[in-house]
Amino acid sequence: MSDVLLKATNLGVKRGKRWLIKDVNISLEAGQITTVIGPNGAGKSTLVRSLLQLISTTSGEISAIKGLRIGYMPQKLKLEDTLPLTVSRFLDLGLHKEYQLSPQLWHSLLHECRVEKLLERPMQQLSGGETQRVLLLRALLRKPHLLVLDEPVQGVDVTGQVSLYNLIVQVRDILGCGILMVSHDLHLVMAATDQVICLNQHICCSGHPEQVSQDPAFTNLFGPQGAGNLALYNHQHNHHHTSHGEIIVGEHHEDCNHG
Amino acid sequence: MADFLLWAWLGGLMIAAIAGPLGSFMVWRRMAYFGDTLAHAALLGVALGLLLQVNISLAVVLVCLLLALLLSTLMHTRIIATDTLLGILSHASLSLGLVSLSIFDHQSIDLMGFLFGDLLAIGKQDLTWIALSCGLALVVLVRLWRPLLAITVNEELAQVEGINVALMRTLLMLLVAVVIAVAMKVVGVLLITSLLIIPAAAARRLSNSPEQMAVLASLLGMLAVTGGLALSWFYDTPTGPSIVLIASALFFVLFTFPRSFRSS
Repeated sequence: MSDVLLKATNLGVKRGKRWLIKDVNISLEAGQITTVIGPNGAGKSTLVRSLLQLISTTSGEISAIKGLRIGYMPQKLKLEDTLPLTVSRFLDLGLHKEYQLSPQLWHSLLHECRVEKLLERPMQQLSGGETQRVLLLRALLRKPHLLVLDEPVQGVDVTGQVSLYNLIVQVRDILGCGILMVSHDLHLVMAATDQVICLNQHICCSGHPEQVSQDPAFTNLFGPQGAGNLALYNHQHNHHHTSHGEIIVGEHHEDCNHG
Repeated sequence: MADFLLWAWLGGLMIAAIAGPLGSFMVWRRMAYFGDTLAHAALLGVALGLLLQVNISLAVVLVCLLLALLLSTLMHTRIIATDTLLGILSHASLSLGLVSLSIFDHQSIDLMGFLFGDLLAIGKQDLTWIALSCGLALVVLVRLWRPLLAITVNEELAQVEGINVALMRTLLMLLVAVVIAVAMKVVGVLLITSLLIIPAAAARRLSNSPEQMAVLASLLGMLAVTGGLALSWFYDTPTGPSIVLIASALFFVLFTFPRSFRSS
């Protein structure tokens, strides 16, 4: 069975007089994909950054298993043009002596992330999707127990998003790591998500995607339109997933009816 | 060749050597204005050193370091925009330094030397100090190169990967403070930042890796020191500004260099 990697109880972050997040309980398990969704300003990034202990928390507790290795993929990478840095040098900075990847695993990850041809390119010349794939690979180099992805598909076109989500599932299967992912895009939620957490300062609802989409709190938070999109995805999920194992795009409504 | 010219040249070369990698970090991390502020505060350090009758270099390092820590704390609070804050502290500390120095007997203080450098006044003892400080700074830079580079690329990523970001940041500021204290002899507080920034900026267009840029910046800095010293020797121009002029000339030449001649 899956074991808990990281657990937060009653987590709260207060800045000035405002609570950015409050009373958040979250438990991340090995091999499970947890997706945090919520409107802009709901505190999604705050939650992720406090779980990573990048920011100080006001209340609550975070406990992690001993020696937990986290691979983190930040929302975006802002690199100065003045810094001459190739992709391979950037990846090299993430390597750690203690957790050497076997050459075999390295090559398969390199291949999965489709970074082979980018290695000698300067980081600043990568497209949005390429940058995300390089960032993902860097997060994987530590053979993480837990992979944390903050809006991994930001600035990536729809085809790229689908393949990136696919890639994330593959990575989970290769490394067997737990995944925490943040998304603000309701139109595209991964079919493979085990747990969805709806965040708006506090946790509005959480559970399996199907469960969440039927929760009144969810409809309240995103409105019938937004909620409908997730429900739609669920429908597609049931429909397509068993046969193709593919990630479904919310916009492909018609496809679904055809099928 | 006169002895003092040799000391000047050697001292200048050593400072240019350490200014290459350190200046590269300042360029990458957008610390140019920050360095300027520290350099201006160095004058305050001189005044304090004279006032308390302690070693001037030590006083400069301490004042720079205190200001650096103060700055990083204030930047975190975000009471005011960083460039405004730097602008205020930079000139406030420069003015405070100038006012404090005016208390002393004018004859005994070479104000122009502090402001624009007096490389030709470097003696054997100064040279030892320069060698020690630059050597120490170089050892720290080389040993901590990877973590320093990692926090420069992305601080959050570095922190998640287990690097002590706050410590590295403070260390980098400490190194800048030390180099400012010794470089003051060469180009003076008003021009120090240029010795750090210009060679690094000039090296950027020729480099494909951070290490290449750092080494190239050192070499360009050494070239500028040599050229500036020659200019100063043959045409009797002020040494510090001559060095900065040669460095700037190198920058413009490399900047306008046709793209096709650049490596890759």
